[in-house]
Amino acid sequence: MDAIILQILNGLDKGGAYALIALGLTLIFGTLGVVNFAHGALFMLGAFVAVSVREVLTISTKVKDESVTFFEAFKEIPYLELWLGDTGRAIIDWSVPISILIAIPIMLVIGLVMERGLIRHFYRRAHADQILVTFGLAIVIQEIIKAIYGANPIPQPAPEMFEGTANIGALLGLGDNIVYPKWRLVYLGFAAIIIAAVFAFLQFTTFGMVVRAGMADRQTVQLLGINITKRFSIVFGLAAVVAGLAGLMYTPILSPNYHMGMDFLVLSFVVVVVGGMGSLPGAVAAGFLLGILQSFASMNEIKQIIPGIDQVIIYLVAMIVLLVRPRGLMGRKGVMED
Amino acid sequence: MTDKTQGVSRRTVLKGTAASAAAIAVPSFYIPTASAAGSFRNDPKASGKCVLGFNVPQSGAYADEGADELRAFKLAVKHLNGEGDGGMMNTMKPMNLKGNGILGMKVEYVTGDTQTKSDAARASAKRMIEKDGVIMFSGGSSSGVAIAVQALAEEMGTIFMAGLTHSNDTTGKDRRRHGFRHMFNCHQSALALRPVLDNAYGKDRQVYHLTADYSWGWSQQDSIEKGMAAESNWQTVANVKTPVGAGDFSQYITPILNSGADTLVLNHYGGDMVNSLTQAIQFGLKDKQVNGKDFQIIVPLFSRLMAKGAGDNMKGILGSTNWNWKLTDEGSKAFVKSFGQEYGFPPSQAAHTCYVQTMLYADAVERAGTFDPQAVIAALEDHEFDGMGNGASLYRKADHQVMKNGLVVRGNMNPTSDFDRLEVLDVVSREKLTYDPNEGPFAGGAQWS
Amino acid sequence: MHIDKFTPKSDMMMLLGFAAAVLLMPLWLQPFGAAYPDLMQRFAIFGLFAIGFNILFGQTGYLSFGHAAFIGVGSYTTVWIFKLFTLNILPAMVAGVVVSGIFALIIGFICLRRTGIYFSILTLALAQMSYNLAYSVLTPITMGETGLQVEAADPRAWDAPLAEGAVPRTNLFGIEMTDFGGLAGFYICAAFLIVGFYVALRITRSPFGSMLRGLKTNQNRMSYTGLNTRPYALAAFVISGMYAGLAGSLMAAMDPLAGAERMQWTASGEVVLMTILGGVGTLVGPFLGAVAIKYFENIFSAIDGAVLTSALDFLPDFLVSGLVPVLSLFVGKGWHLTLGLIFMLVVIFLPGGIMEGYRRIKARFSKQGEE
Repeated sequence: MDAIILQILNGLDKGGAYALIALGLTLIFGTLGVVNFAHGALFMLGAFVAVSVREVLTISTKVKDESVTFFEAFKEIPYLELWLGDTGRAIIDWSVPISILIAIPIMLVIGLVMERGLIRHFYRRAHADQILVTFGLAIVIQEIIKAIYGANPIPQPAPEMFEGTANIGALLGLGDNIVYPKWRLVYLGFAAIIIAAVFAFLQFTTFGMVVRAGMADRQTVQLLGINITKRFSIVFGLAAVVAGLAGLMYTPILSPNYHMGMDFLVLSFVVVVVGGMGSLPGAVAAGFLLGILQSFASMNEIKQIIPGIDQVIIYLVAMIVLLVRPRGLMGRKGVMED
Repeated sequence: MTDKTQGVSRRTVLKGTAASAAAIAVPSFYIPTASAAGSFRNDPKASGKCVLGFNVPQSGAYADEGADELRAFKLAVKHLNGEGDGGMMNTMKPMNLKGNGILGMKVEYVTGDTQTKSDAARASAKRMIEKDGVIMFSGGSSSGVAIAVQALAEEMGTIFMAGLTHSNDTTGKDRRRHGFRHMFNCHQSALALRPVLDNAYGKDRQVYHLTADYSWGWSQQDSIEKGMAAESNWQTVANVKTPVGAGDFSQYITPILNSGADTLVLNHYGGDMVNSLTQAIQFGLKDKQVNGKDFQIIVPLFSRLMAKGAGDNMKGILGSTNWNWKLTDEGSKAFVKSFGQEYGFPPSQAAHTCYVQTMLYADAVERAGTFDPQAVIAALEDHEFDGMGNGASLYRKADHQVMKNGLVVRGNMNPTSDFDRLEVLDVVSREKLTYDPNEGPFAGGAQWS
Repeated sequence: MHIDKFTPKSDMMMLLGFAAAVLLMPLWLQPFGAAYPDLMQRFAIFGLFAIGFNILFGQTGYLSFGHAAFIGVGSYTTVWIFKLFTLNILPAMVAGVVVSGIFALIIGFICLRRTGIYFSILTLALAQMSYNLAYSVLTPITMGETGLQVEAADPRAWDAPLAEGAVPRTNLFGIEMTDFGGLAGFYICAAFLIVGFYVALRITRSPFGSMLRGLKTNQNRMSYTGLNTRPYALAAFVISGMYAGLAGSLMAAMDPLAGAERMQWTASGEVVLMTILGGVGTLVGPFLGAVAIKYFENIFSAIDGAVLTSALDFLPDFLVSGLVPVLSLFVGKGWHLTLGLIFMLVVIFLPGGIMEGYRRIKARFSKQGEE
């Protein structure tokens, strides 16, 4: 029982990341009709905002390390620590949450620039062209990051406060065996808040209403004299922010490296399609569903019955869902079917 | 027919744009594959150029390791050509190199990107052999790649000096006469770790293995399990195979929490190891008490670059490594000094093994007096050498595996810098790491002696 | 939309031109540094793969993201024939194509129940499952990460046993692939490529071809006419799967090793990129796209600072020292960056890929001719 609760938590955590990426991807699909292969790169860029913020916060003086005699080696003491002492140390410790504040404007700008500079010109082009140009862009972005930060993963510790585990079992009166890392709980909560915020934004604002109308029937909305294209760039920016924040908050769980975007790209497409093209609730539901199923399939008890099931579960589920439900869980007719 | 061995390089063609059709029609790859007496593929004496090929991952997850290997190769070429401070040429014994290249010929090199994929690595190696005319190639990042290009080396009759490859199979069931490995292997890791683990963590432990689901992971897991079962009576609770590149390992880690295991062995490498270790610690495994013992995590294969990626999570973790820059023997010091001066930071174990391999090859050619691969193989076989960082070493004839000292390392508790993440705990002697080349995990390999 | 007129005569000219260009590759690729057997073989093999892929994608509009699986199936089958029966490539290749055809039939039957992106994701899912299983659980059959190799000691039923330590080499009735400095292998690939090109040409020009293009333009309307469209799409899928299987077989025949990573989604994606880069729906385009990508992968990745410096040594020193670090970003370990930029530039400025560029140049010249 404990094991199952833990796996559900794992699944929700994973699913949170999948859902956040899929959410943005679906927004872009649904409103702009663009197949964005660079969406994984946005996730990765968000993670590297955290890396960069930490780098900036830890700019250090170099003090020669006399214990190393073979060559010039230096001990590095961050200026923040020198100037502000414990406060400085605390700021560095909180670098991941702090970078959220910086990531929001940066990702928004990146999203807007991408949409205005490139994606906009591809609205009317074939999907094949969209794939090639966004894939090319993804490669370029990832190679630039590699040129700056190298290929090795770069550790991003969570604030000390969130290190270690919380005893959820005791909290819920289920015994002492259910402990879970605090940061993962934070991530889960964070994902829930972002998802709720996006839905609220689309549901309760006029802007959101137009976007939803545009997703449902672009032509009619345009005929009503509403300029959707203008709003589209904001939607793209929004999707970029969501993807970026998803990547950023994930860094303490997954040390970022330059190809993490590509690793998530295929998966996020599967999630979106399983959810159904053009359906935001579908994307979120599929994200959590696949996350949880993946966790269960990885359990030893199940792997012993079907070896290698954890390697293929996502694809297997995707296949079954698509064969049983032609448009995924909640897809609408006619979206990306030709 | 003299054109056959003359060859036409790309640059000469580029320079002489009006190259005659006849010369073009007989490109440089027109060289018999069979190595008849006195004639072999890409003979530097015939072409006038001594070219070595450095085939390393430049893209993908191991690009940083590849970059470090490339640095070491370039440094080795410099030293061979008599530039720089000579590095290990000052400490190598026996030493037949003269600092005037190899057999008096200036050493040139070409590079390639393996992408850590067998296909790409073979394509790149073939380019080096067919187009660039290399007489030897080296490099590596994974055992799959090493085994794939080693087979190619055999087909092409070109020597391959393996770089980073740790699987038993490279010099076990998949060994080839034209392939040579200086790096140690899974079995030797287990041999080196056994007494240290026994000493540090005691007998009768309940072990949980997380194993990367491919041949290297399996052979690593098998070696550790068998090694620790025999005398220390460590028992395996479960061995769970994890997909390569899983990223998030939480679904494999939570079952450990209440499994009754008191030890976790992470048979992962590279990014997988960084992630699984980081996450295992996040789940509080390191602070746990099980069966009245402190829970312990073991990472059988370490590298400095991985230690950097794992950061503080590495503290106190035990593992093995082929070589570390903090070793204080003359050879290591000479190498670290010249590498550090050239690039501003210490070399990784991948860099070390690649540098040593290049030097050993060059030295063997000098001793053979010819570039002929057959003679060079003979010169490398059963060659005893010293002063290369791992003590007195032997290039064993039966399997082309170097027998040498191995290192047990521990994550440094108080690192002063990112380079200082590992401390050398023990140097395990060559005798303890020597094994039968045709027994156990090494059975079924080719025989040539 | 640009419409070219095709006549049997212009087709014959195109075929002859294509054949001549392919057969003369060892000559005209010299100045590009690409005239060595392995790369030329790769040009032919991936060209074949892309041409076959284009029969499905270019003609019917079905975008498969899992075609690399057929490459893998073709390769594994071929190597197993090498191991169990004979090192002659012909039976092995026939088996490779047949087995990948059957595999394509099964996968196509499942995936073609859906269209658009749902189809793409189904193919992707099946291919990724094949890859993941081949890499891990199916290791006894595929040798996983290490790759399936041909050994001297394999029990070849139809061949005389090899001596211990001998290197098993694939052959075509005694001609080894490595003969004539590897040119034997290349010309075998070239022959398959030209035949493959011819078959693709015939398919495109046939009534079956127009039926496929009908699927692309408007599948619904076609079904309304009472026609069951799925068999046509399935036929196209199987044909392109067999092309992929042939490419995989050839790969294994030239280099007797089959690795799981040639089934990965990145490999499936690569052929999509090749086709789009060259020009979707054109005959020569996919081949050109394949050549371009493989050229970057093999030649650009090998240029490093030292090579650049010597290539630029005709320039004054200060220019060289300034240029080399900048150019180094785009070659050697930065070759992916160049590839990404090329993808973007081609698709931004030449919406129809490389072939669009060719058409524009041709149009300009013919206009000048008229004036």
